[in-house]
Amino acid sequence: MTTVAPDQVEAPQKGFAGTSIPRKEDKRLVQGEGVFFDDVKRHGMGYVHFVRSPYAHAGIVSIDVSAAEAVEGVYGTLIGEEVAAQTDPFFEMSTPPGSEIRDYALAVGKVRFAGEPVAAVVAETRELARDAAELVEVEYEPLEPVLDAVAAAEPGAPILHDEAGSNVVWSGKFEWGDFDEALAEADHVVKIDRLYFHRFSSTPLECAGALVEYDKGIAQWTLHCNHQMPGIGIVWMAPALRVGTDKLRIVTQDIGGGFGNKITLHPYFVALCLLARKLNRPVHWTEWRTDQHTANTHGNERTFLDVEVPVKADGTMLGFKVRAFDDAGAFPRYEPLGCIIWAQVTPGCYRWRHVLVDFTQTCTNKSPTAPNRGYSRMQQLWFTERVIDVVAHELDLDPVEVRKRNYIKSEEMPYETPNGCVYDSGDYARCLDIALDLIGYDKLEERRKDAESRGKLLGVGIGSTLDSGTNNFGQSQLLNPELQFSGNNEVATARLDIFGEVVVTLGTTPQGQSHETVTSQVVADLLGITPDDVHVRAGHDSYWNSHAGFSGTYASQFAVTGLEAVKGATLELASQIRRLASVILGADGPDDIVLEEGMAKRKDMPEAALPFMACGAIINVNNAGLPPELDDVTLNCRYVYRPPFQVPDHETKFGNLTLTYATQIHACVVEVDRETGVYEIVDYAAVDDCGTRIHPQIVEGQVHGATAHALGAATFETFPYDEDGMLLTSNFYDYHVPHALDMPPLKTGFIESPSPFNSLGTKGMGEGGGAGIHCVCAAIQDALRPVGNPVVTESHNPYHRVWELLQDPAASRAGIEVTGR
Amino acid sequence: MEPVTSKRITVTVNGASYERDVDARRLLVHVIRDDLDLTGTHIGCDTGNCGACTVIVDGLAVKSCMMLAVQADGVSIETVESLASDDELHPLQRAFSAHHALQCGYCTPGMLMSAKHLLDNNSEPTENEIRRAIQGNICRCTGYVNIVEAIDAAARGEVPA
Repeated sequence: MTTVAPDQVEAPQKGFAGTSIPRKEDKRLVQGEGVFFDDVKRHGMGYVHFVRSPYAHAGIVSIDVSAAEAVEGVYGTLIGEEVAAQTDPFFEMSTPPGSEIRDYALAVGKVRFAGEPVAAVVAETRELARDAAELVEVEYEPLEPVLDAVAAAEPGAPILHDEAGSNVVWSGKFEWGDFDEALAEADHVVKIDRLYFHRFSSTPLECAGALVEYDKGIAQWTLHCNHQMPGIGIVWMAPALRVGTDKLRIVTQDIGGGFGNKITLHPYFVALCLLARKLNRPVHWTEWRTDQHTANTHGNERTFLDVEVPVKADGTMLGFKVRAFDDAGAFPRYEPLGCIIWAQVTPGCYRWRHVLVDFTQTCTNKSPTAPNRGYSRMQQLWFTERVIDVVAHELDLDPVEVRKRNYIKSEEMPYETPNGCVYDSGDYARCLDIALDLIGYDKLEERRKDAESRGKLLGVGIGSTLDSGTNNFGQSQLLNPELQFSGNNEVATARLDIFGEVVVTLGTTPQGQSHETVTSQVVADLLGITPDDVHVRAGHDSYWNSHAGFSGTYASQFAVTGLEAVKGATLELASQIRRLASVILGADGPDDIVLEEGMAKRKDMPEAALPFMACGAIINVNNAGLPPELDDVTLNCRYVYRPPFQVPDHETKFGNLTLTYATQIHACVVEVDRETGVYEIVDYAAVDDCGTRIHPQIVEGQVHGATAHALGAATFETFPYDEDGMLLTSNFYDYHVPHALDMPPLKTGFIESPSPFNSLGTKGMGEGGGAGIHCVCAAIQDALRPVGNPVVTESHNPYHRVWELLQDPAASRAGIEVTGR
Repeated sequence: MEPVTSKRITVTVNGASYERDVDARRLLVHVIRDDLDLTGTHIGCDTGNCGACTVIVDGLAVKSCMMLAVQADGVSIETVESLASDDELHPLQRAFSAHHALQCGYCTPGMLMSAKHLLDNNSEPTENEIRRAIQGNICRCTGYVNIVEAIDAAARGEVPA
């Protein structure tokens, strides 16, 4: 085990934490007894179907809903004009011109992507709603679409948002270190004219949706839904609906995967709120699979231009310069945050000190982008890994040695990056060694020869990534200094009930991350009970008062923010139990009380013990005669965890953007068929370091799942558009996600470098799988070196793309230049 | 003459007989979820790709979004709700839990029914046979690693009590 700054780290707890106990969630889920939003029904509810734009870009001349409303069984409709009258545009985070964009729940006056909702129809059955939606007549005036982020920034490009007058959402320069000095110091400069990270999404199996009820008497909506970030969700929704945040009650229980794709559901949910109020009945909307693909959120597509990398003769890289164009799609719904989130991992795993980034984000006539597992960092980390491999190959250096030469070293931790982020702990070189060992790297040359004898090209690739967890929302102020977001928070409550039940409530919205189980481990250890004794409420309900402004499950943070909140609330509960027991048992003070086996015992006289049941009963129902010093003992404790963040410097864009950095080093071996370009991953290893692991089996499950996402994206998953702006992969026929037969054998390894920046030593780690994309790109490039040395410049490499590289390797090399050779 | 657009069907689900009037276009999965309130069977795709709605119809694993309810007249259906008995979990359910073969749990009911269909017909499947048996079931959380292990363990009878 790697141990960093041990004097700052609490010793790992002895007890349930650290062991893979059975999951609390499983009993209901394996029996089909989970409650997903679509399982919630209400008497008289209407089913919602959205009428969507068939054009990528068009003016709306007229909408006629009369024929639909005339159908028996149709309860009503909603169109953009009503939305514009009854709501305010959603809050925009950018500076001008992006801040001028007016984004509503339904299209108003114009459509900006194929699939954009234009109207909604509510009927007594979902089939009838769909039929009636066909009767809504919309007259469009088609406009020329713009589908490329770089082209969208050119003068004369079609403008999506006339009120903004430009397609640029946000643009700015980031300059850290002294890039000119790095150029002067370099022996070589490697130039790459274009790298491209493609558009895809994690496509959770459960589509988005909600059952929305409106209580007219108290003017309040209840949303039974699968929103994964309710804290920020209501910050978008409440002002748009012109109500206070308390008028929106968000309820979730089981959520069928999220991966970030269920963060920006607010346009749909506001439309549902308006319908529930207008029709005075519960309304139910379940997104169709095609709608999720065409009109829910996509991951950010990014183009890197004019890359320059100064390198020393020994392979030491000094930094990089790049112009990056990020495609936000039609509306900046979570954007422009992607324009800064990448900076959490500016130099990737490397000791690069001189960085010059010119970043521009534009709108295009495609589905809006938003967080997708590895949000914005995955693109940056792919960029750093491509740079490493291109430089290594162009200078004829060993990619393993180049990595080790440039990796930040374990003894340098905590390490401050050029832009002020602090990598807390880790040992990248050691993780790489483990990964290489797992894929049989020592036999590589032998295996190359063997593959060659079978007509195959064998290649090895490495992907080194960091999963930066626990955001400092103050980074948003580097985009717009006027924004009033900074820091982070999460909430938990811990309570002892009348019969001694320990009840814990979370502000989080798990979508498979096992929060009930992991919480019970931490609580059990602190209270001297077992996880079975801890009842963790499933899901989220804003009526529980256990949430804060940033509550939700996103951005790899539960293991820090969620568990620190749990720990804080539980420690307060433990303290109150000790104080109560001290008085009742006549001890010298709370320090004389120990909690074990479900009892509060006197240390000096263990037979003097108060069962938790008695504690709960005394405070809740049998409290006459208690002394005044126990007046504040409620046995109902709420704790808000706030990580220790400062606001980053607006001018220099310098500051710590995230609290923890989990490491993932992946390595793979591929065999490419020389004739067809078809390749197979024949060995794969994922080595993870997320600090102290509370539940190793759950950690490994996250590694498996994130790796599958990456491998899907590397080979199969893409959201391409045709020249008219029509998505070509709008269902699971065309958008192929990995099936059981597609997955290569996975080997996993781990080390534990506890984080010195939280009391449990944990790090968020769910989003680290991007390394799979990077190592497949690297392995393909390595395999193809003997046949013209083509360069892999795109993140998505289906078999036909590899065939193209085999046919015309020179074309891929046209944009590569090395000076000072 | 008005065209007939609905039909009365009789189906046996998890051993109980149900009679329902259904629209000719109503999908079997909607009858199971909405009319019979057996919400363990899920919907993930509308196109027959994802397998979240897999049930066993007269001994065959069927994606219930790919079958009209009227086609189910007279059949016998098993859903995920049939697996456990008297609060005792089926070996496959225990194996899925022990091997952490589920995270969000959304694909799990369909995955379990495909696995049950496999083991009903092949008590000693190879790893490849297991992967082939669940290739019609998409899981976005697990990468299938632990699902394959769990089915293998259940086949071998190596599951915790």
